[in-house]
Amino acid sequence: MSFTGELGAAAPEGGALVARPKGAGKGNRAPASQRAVRIAVLFVVLGYLIVPLFAMLEFSTRGDVDPVTKQATRSLQSYAAIFDHPNLIDGIVTSLQIAALTVIGMLILLVPTMVWTVVRVPRMRRVVEFLCLLPLAIPAIVIVVGIAPIYRFMGQHLGAFGASALTLAFIDIILVLPYSYRAIDSSLRSIDTATLADAARSLGAGWPRTIFQVIVPNIRGGILSASVLAIALVLGEYTISSLLSFNTVQVVILLLGKRDAFVSVAVSLLALVFAFVLLFAISRFAPGADRRTERTAEEPA
Amino acid sequence: VTDQSTSMPAPSSSATAGPASSGAGASRFKGAGNYVALIPFHAYVGLFLVLPTLIVTFGAFQTSDGQFTLDNLRAMFTTDVFIDSFAKSIQLGVITALIGAVFGALLAWAVVRGDPNGLLRQFVIAASGVLAQFGGVMLAFAFLATFGFNGLVTLFVKNSLGMKDLDVSWIYSMAGLTVVYSYFQIPLMLIVFLPSLDGLRQEWYDASASLGGGSWSFWRHVGGPILAPSFLGALLLLFTNAFSAYATAQALISQGCVLVTQQIACQMQSEVVIGQENVGKALALGMIVIVSAVMAVYALIQRRASRWVK
Repeated sequence: MSFTGELGAAAPEGGALVARPKGAGKGNRAPASQRAVRIAVLFVVLGYLIVPLFAMLEFSTRGDVDPVTKQATRSLQSYAAIFDHPNLIDGIVTSLQIAALTVIGMLILLVPTMVWTVVRVPRMRRVVEFLCLLPLAIPAIVIVVGIAPIYRFMGQHLGAFGASALTLAFIDIILVLPYSYRAIDSSLRSIDTATLADAARSLGAGWPRTIFQVIVPNIRGGILSASVLAIALVLGEYTISSLLSFNTVQVVILLLGKRDAFVSVAVSLLALVFAFVLLFAISRFAPGADRRTERTAEEPA
Repeated sequence: VTDQSTSMPAPSSSATAGPASSGAGASRFKGAGNYVALIPFHAYVGLFLVLPTLIVTFGAFQTSDGQFTLDNLRAMFTTDVFIDSFAKSIQLGVITALIGAVFGALLAWAVVRGDPNGLLRQFVIAASGVLAQFGGVMLAFAFLATFGFNGLVTLFVKNSLGMKDLDVSWIYSMAGLTVVYSYFQIPLMLIVFLPSLDGLRQEWYDASASLGGGSWSFWRHVGGPILAPSFLGALLLLFTNAFSAYATAQALISQGCVLVTQQIACQMQSEVVIGQENVGKALALGMIVIVSAVMAVYALIQRRASRWVK
């Protein structure tokens, strides 16, 4: 079963960014009418996407009404007020900790497994791929319903850690699998992993050394993308934390929004911008991107 | 995984360096060992993904004390609020999938026509990645800041256009959900559809043009048929995306259990009627069945789509 092709694109770094067509600048030849349609589409659709973001900026920078001129003023007080809400700070810290654990856990779980399937058991590659993409077919809300009893058990039997919000990393690792898999997979495909491993092993390297000192440095780009996607996912995760009653940043934002919408909008905008900067940075600066472009260009038409 | 793959003693493995040097019997023996290294991954996915799914599936057929029953499913099929929540979720999924697919495809086309290494393209893709996949609750706040009681557009209409008694409650209704959901469906369509558009080769434009075909006949006879499976597949993906979404809806409509995802959450959180403790699991199973069916069709279409667009 392969619902893999297009889903691959869902990982920004592993998908759409990678396939840069060689017909560069073919828009230049387009007739004027087509160019007009293109501009119109960009204006309307991008406008629809940008207006709410601009509204967030406008909304979160509203100051008090000036008593003299009766004019609304601009201020950053909503952003400063973030620090007046200790539960919000707690939520942010909690989410960042979960993000760190998720990245570490995801890499430990995924990298050796994926390298191993490529090098030693290629026939298992489809199985691992299927399992990694499975979370796309099982809605998060369904996972919560089924995992609640497991978390109740962990809370009762695993002491302080079992009851802490940090255990959310276990589920977040599952949720990020599809994105991380595609990112790492596209890196692994861009190098000749099997030959590289054979070369390292024939020179006397053991498996740990082969994986961590030979292969991992060559898939840095994919590992970086996978990590960034994991961070973005954890910082935006709401469904599971709220239903398992853990106060992650999104849960606190929503609670706070009922009393002070301005601060919630400010935090939301900051989080979106933060995620955007991360994703934009890996798309521009991820090492290995150039190599993959070459590979794409070499593909027969 | 690390334990399994690293604990293998280096000397013995370097003695059989490279698959070429090992005999058939040895490789069969090693084959078993190779699979052992994959156990941690499978165990983890089994515990945190497959087991929860099984708990939902079996729970849907059980009473609270573990007896087999069909009452949960019966409740799902006969209770008006449950039927209604499925209907609303499917309606929202279909409408926003269509809106997202059409406008997302147009945006993807407009982006593809530009410089493939340009800033616009990278900017739009990164922004789409954030909005489509990680927005959730934050997108609801974006729209409250736009169309809410004190939102930018609301204030503009009230103050500058003089419509003082503007009703803003629509943003908290199905219409509002449709607008907000489209906001993450369009970027998702862009991300999913862009690679397919990139797959359209310049040679095909040229071939069509050299036979005297214009822009319309290219899309009618070449581009359209090639992209149709990808478009259809993306449409299904967008449907499941909206159908499964919970955070945005919950942030916008916090009271009431409108969509099926919200209904499941309500079942989890509230004191449910005695004898209906597992109805939430039945609803969850209903979601699994719908999403799996759509994904199965998606996989079939995908196989066909990948024939031309690589």
